[in-house]
Amino acid sequence: MQKYSNRKFVIGAIAIIIGIVYLSRLFWVQVVDSTYKLNSEKNSIRREEQFSARGLVFDRNGELIVHNMAVYDLMIVPRQVSQFDTVELCQTIGIDIPFLRKQISKARRHSMFKSYKIVHQIPDTVYAVLQEKLYKYPGFFVQARTLRKYPYNVAANVLGYVSEVPDRIVKRDNYYKSGDYIGFSGIERSYEEVLRGKKGVQFNLIDVHNRKKGSYANGKYDTIPQIGGNLVSSIDIELQQYGELLLKDKIGSIVAIEPSSGEILALVTAPTYSPSDMVGRLRSENYPILIRDPLKPLFNRATMAQYPPGSTFKMLTGLIGLQEKVLTPSQHYSCYGGYFSKARPIACHHHRPSLDLAEALQMSCNAYFCHVFRNFMEKPGFANPDSALTRWLKHVHSFGFGTHLGTDLESELKGILPSVESYNRIYNGSWNALTLLSLSIGQGEIAITPLQLANYTAAIANRGFYYTPHIIKDIDGNGPIDRFKERKYTTIDSAYFEDVIKGMYLAVNGGWGNGGTASIAQINGIDFNGKTGTAQNPHGENHSIFVGFAPLTNPKIAIAVIVENAGYGSTWAAPIASLMAEKFLTDTVKRKSLEERVVNKNLLDRGEKEQ
Amino acid sequence: MRRNSNIFAKIDWLVVLIYLLLVFAGWINIYAAVYDDSHHSIFDVSQKYGKQMIWIIAAFVIGFVILLIDYRFFSITSVLIYAGMMLLLAAVLLFGKEVNGARSWFEIGSIRLQPSEFAKLATTLMVARVLSKPNFIIHKFKNLIHLGIILVIPMMLILLQNDTGSALVYSSFVLVFYREGLTGWVLVIGVLTIALFIASLLFAPIYVIIFLVTSFLLVFIKMAFHKKKAINYSILIVLSAAILVAVNHYLKLGYNSYLLITIPVALFTPFYLYAFLRKKVKAALWIVLIFWGAVGVNYSVDYVFNEVLEQHHRKRINDLLGIESDLQGWGYNVNQSKIAIGSGGFAGKGFLKGTQTKFNFVPEQSTDFIFCTVGEEWGFLGSLFVIFLFVGLLIKIIQIAERQRSTYARVYAYGVFAIFLFHFTINIGMTIGILPVIGIPLPFFSYGGSSLWVFTIFIFILLNMDAHRFELIN
Repeated sequence: MQKYSNRKFVIGAIAIIIGIVYLSRLFWVQVVDSTYKLNSEKNSIRREEQFSARGLVFDRNGELIVHNMAVYDLMIVPRQVSQFDTVELCQTIGIDIPFLRKQISKARRHSMFKSYKIVHQIPDTVYAVLQEKLYKYPGFFVQARTLRKYPYNVAANVLGYVSEVPDRIVKRDNYYKSGDYIGFSGIERSYEEVLRGKKGVQFNLIDVHNRKKGSYANGKYDTIPQIGGNLVSSIDIELQQYGELLLKDKIGSIVAIEPSSGEILALVTAPTYSPSDMVGRLRSENYPILIRDPLKPLFNRATMAQYPPGSTFKMLTGLIGLQEKVLTPSQHYSCYGGYFSKARPIACHHHRPSLDLAEALQMSCNAYFCHVFRNFMEKPGFANPDSALTRWLKHVHSFGFGTHLGTDLESELKGILPSVESYNRIYNGSWNALTLLSLSIGQGEIAITPLQLANYTAAIANRGFYYTPHIIKDIDGNGPIDRFKERKYTTIDSAYFEDVIKGMYLAVNGGWGNGGTASIAQINGIDFNGKTGTAQNPHGENHSIFVGFAPLTNPKIAIAVIVENAGYGSTWAAPIASLMAEKFLTDTVKRKSLEERVVNKNLLDRGEKEQ
Repeated sequence: MRRNSNIFAKIDWLVVLIYLLLVFAGWINIYAAVYDDSHHSIFDVSQKYGKQMIWIIAAFVIGFVILLIDYRFFSITSVLIYAGMMLLLAAVLLFGKEVNGARSWFEIGSIRLQPSEFAKLATTLMVARVLSKPNFIIHKFKNLIHLGIILVIPMMLILLQNDTGSALVYSSFVLVFYREGLTGWVLVIGVLTIALFIASLLFAPIYVIIFLVTSFLLVFIKMAFHKKKAINYSILIVLSAAILVAVNHYLKLGYNSYLLITIPVALFTPFYLYAFLRKKVKAALWIVLIFWGAVGVNYSVDYVFNEVLEQHHRKRINDLLGIESDLQGWGYNVNQSKIAIGSGGFAGKGFLKGTQTKFNFVPEQSTDFIFCTVGEEWGFLGSLFVIFLFVGLLIKIIQIAERQRSTYARVYAYGVFAIFLFHFTINIGMTIGILPVIGIPLPFFSYGGSSLWVFTIFIFILLNMDAHRFELIN
């Protein structure tokens, strides 16, 4: 039985030798030979993100206002790069050799194996040439991207811009990878998730010569990019363009709203910049210039600048008086050049001495509204000034002042309203109607944004309610955001508005000789109603303000214009508002000389520098 | 069933430990191979690793039950089991389900069984039964035919199922026959010729040389038992030749490896001739012939392959051999497998960190190419561990085989050894690109219930017999 027992050694040796051979082979493949490690990076799959085209934006009339153009990023995987003709590559894409060297060494420091973007946003014309030669540059490949294009090249403050996603967002949101694009301001930012669509991923087999060998596993793991959703803006791009033209060489804002929907028709800020200047490689050149500009073109005055409303606030003072029954429309107050209280006399300009409410608005009498305000504050129903002011604030709030309106515009400011606490602090608890008297004419501890002022105008035009203003009226065919469909009622009964509106009508259409302060805003054939404002401010000349709407019934447009340091409301703001309304309602502007006067006026030198 | 009460005191626990380690390592590597973010619980039975867990639990139960069965049951029923399995193999041809082109599965509900896996076990029992007949002399022509038929029946049936890999497993019984007295020279020459032809096509000279040195050592081990001093001396010379070649290679000295190996062998050729002529040691002549013959084959293969054969012949052979020429066909698997293993480096990329085995990049990664996951994620250290466990198990089986008193148990044990060795060698050999692609599972590692159960049964029958080795007389 033990005859062949020694053969166990032969058999055992076979097992051991196979083990040793395999281990040597494994040691060779895994430890000594580096070709397989390289292979695993090179010869394997390359994960390429397929960027979805961002959604398009149309204006309210179906005009395309934002679309895409293709550009290409030149990428590099340092480990795969071998000898190539640097001069030719640099010439092809128009960069200098030191820059290329610098970028390649940056890429090396980043990772030898991972792809790195060395040249950003090569235009498609250059790419057409580069593509033919790309096979000569192993380790290089291009990634298609899209950049924004603006056919009208206006409304930069509304549209915003797209730029590479900052690191802090990459860390927080794993949708984004370093080098991706993200909406950075304006609607690009507030509607980012609609516009961006969904990235796709493609796994490609790549050979050592940097050529695609086809898709991996027949595309089983690939996902198709989903094109971003389209938006329809409520903006009338031609009106916007016209507004920007009118505010040329001026500082200020125009906000126009369709009262029956809250849709913003134009949102002009001046000075501004061209949206095309912030696209792609231009952005890095232009951004530093814009950010250092003392006139702050990147500052969206329409939603962020805060001004005293001045006389445009008088309608609200009147409305509160009517609502609180301390005023009737036929109530007359005399004015002898001002309201003379001991604490703070308020001057008035020259007009007929005795006026009712509508006339007071027509002629913008300060004294009249001081009376109304004082009567309200000292109304027997209120126990003390605190409760009167609280009631007053409730009415003012209901027009959207002193709060975020909740629009779809980014960085909207609240404005400033006084509070009981702030007066207690300032006046040590001892204050009364006279202390606050300037509030009645929109001066003092009150500031509003142009957007709030336009919204207030829309609420008057609607006789007592407004829709939250918004810039996007349709998201990919699904209408606007739901909250924009909701009416917001003011605390003033609808019946009281007619008397105030009558005053606004007279201000524009009452005739210059008759004391109408805004006769310059009169439009032939259109019932344009408005109110001027001349806001005193510590920064130089008065701000020229105007609010208005048209037509009288079923108003189509409510508009607020503020021109900084431009003097009387009737001088610049009123004609601008009037021209905007005419442009919007009739499509053409017949008053060419007025238009010319406005467009050619430079008001940039009226600001603080004189002090 | 009388002595079952104390069987657990008698079984070889080291084998059980190795078994458990292999099964567990297999399970977590299947997990890593199939892993994706959406199903990350290793117990998720909708995924392969969750199913494998169920197979593993079932295997433990099966193993436990087998330990309780009377050891004589297997020898007594060998013929019956064999006959039954052959019938099943035939039946699967008629009623089986075709998966990946092989009609080798029975489908019962959601469970799929592969009779060809179980046929290995039945055949092993049958071979043991036949070889343990009293006065069975293997060299007798009649007996050889008898053994041949036992092997050819399952081989043919499995070939008809279109499962070449499983059919080839039966060739490993040559080792068993060798242990039981079949002459060693047939074995050595056959293996060497095939291996050398393949090796010289596939590999750089260094591997061919390793192979040559290996075969010499084999012969020396045999000859050492003839206690011929002259030959023992030459072990030193061969080893020094091997070291010379290795140093030359790793230090990149650039000498021709053929030359390096030729010089020391040429130096001791006279010793062999002396041993053959004066001391009448036949083996010495064989060694000389084999060596010079091997060198001749090695050179001539290159010549024949490149100069005589035409392009399409070459391509077909290359494809067959899994050379990296056709990256879309067979070559693709092997190439990707090597890349996966090679990219693991010394310490591996870490558990679940493999990039190549993700996305099913290596085909059949949870079954035939499971070793890629080991190589990629655990690196050389992990590979070392797995190979160490397998070789350790194989040596343990030999040890167990040799301590059996009955021929039946010994032959059975060697059968287990041969089948494990074949699976281990072919499977890992193909993933590291040493052997052509033959789709057979790596015992305990590859995903699949049938193969896991069969290998478990193999081991536990062995443990059962071993525990009762003092009671077996036959």
